[in-house]
Amino acid sequence: MLARWIEAAGIPTVVVTMMPATAAQLLAPRIVGVEFPFGHPFGMPHDRRMQRLVLETALTVLAGAQDFGTRIDLDLEWPQPRGEAYKAWQPAEPSPIVAQLLAGRTGRTEPVET
Amino acid sequence: MLVDSYRFLPRSFVPLYEHASPLEEEKDPVWASFGPRLADASIALVSSAGMSLEGEQQPFDLDGERRNPMWGDPTHRVLPHALGDRRLVVSHLHVNPSDILADRNVALPVDVLDELVADRRVASAAPSHVSVMGYQEAGLEVWRTQTAPAIVELLRSQETNGVVLAPV
Repeated sequence: MLARWIEAAGIPTVVVTMMPATAAQLLAPRIVGVEFPFGHPFGMPHDRRMQRLVLETALTVLAGAQDFGTRIDLDLEWPQPRGEAYKAWQPAEPSPIVAQLLAGRTGRTEPVET
Repeated sequence: MLVDSYRFLPRSFVPLYEHASPLEEEKDPVWASFGPRLADASIALVSSAGMSLEGEQQPFDLDGERRNPMWGDPTHRVLPHALGDRRLVVSHLHVNPSDILADRNVALPVDVLDELVADRRVASAAPSHVSVMGYQEAGLEVWRTQTAPAIVELLRSQETNGVVLAPV
């Protein structure tokens, strides 16, 4: 959403995201998808090669995309087993909305991370 | 598409995201052409990690979200590119911040951007970047009417040619 508002003001944007399908559904102008655990859009800590590859790809899409909705997915595998990474990205305590949902006290939907 | 958007998402959350749709007033394409060559461009970063400068800026309001789980702090923080050794606070209740705190480049790649400037891939990093707290919906109106215009004004004032946004 923020990307669209900045873009609408005349400044080109690219979104680097773990959820490129959602970014596409929300009509972000340019998207780079990464299959990384949440909290890690540019990759592993201290892995400068991975971080640079993500940022350079984002800049290439920013400068070179010709069409609204351009989506490029990066062919990079997260170097940890999925189960380990799945546990590691999550906060020590469930977020307030998740705690509330788990407690079954609300039927409201989870706000979209923007 | 190569990337499975739900690979690391709890399975019970998938239905909440797989049918995401834009607001009625956000269904038109928006497009700004990228003008200069990258080697002549100034680039800014926007992170949704809820970052603030330790001891210098008010952290994002997490107590408000604890009181009202449907609310996320809709304000923003302006972060200087030249962070040096200054420490960042990450205020976000939806992810484990430890890797971002271990290496800010995981979410705000200022040092990677410095490398690209040194290699003349881009002309410069913008003097300032921006962080927001990405858990928004109840505060979306404030985001649209106050936060986004303030961010745009900052980006314009520092003649930013393009922005890389990274939700966490």
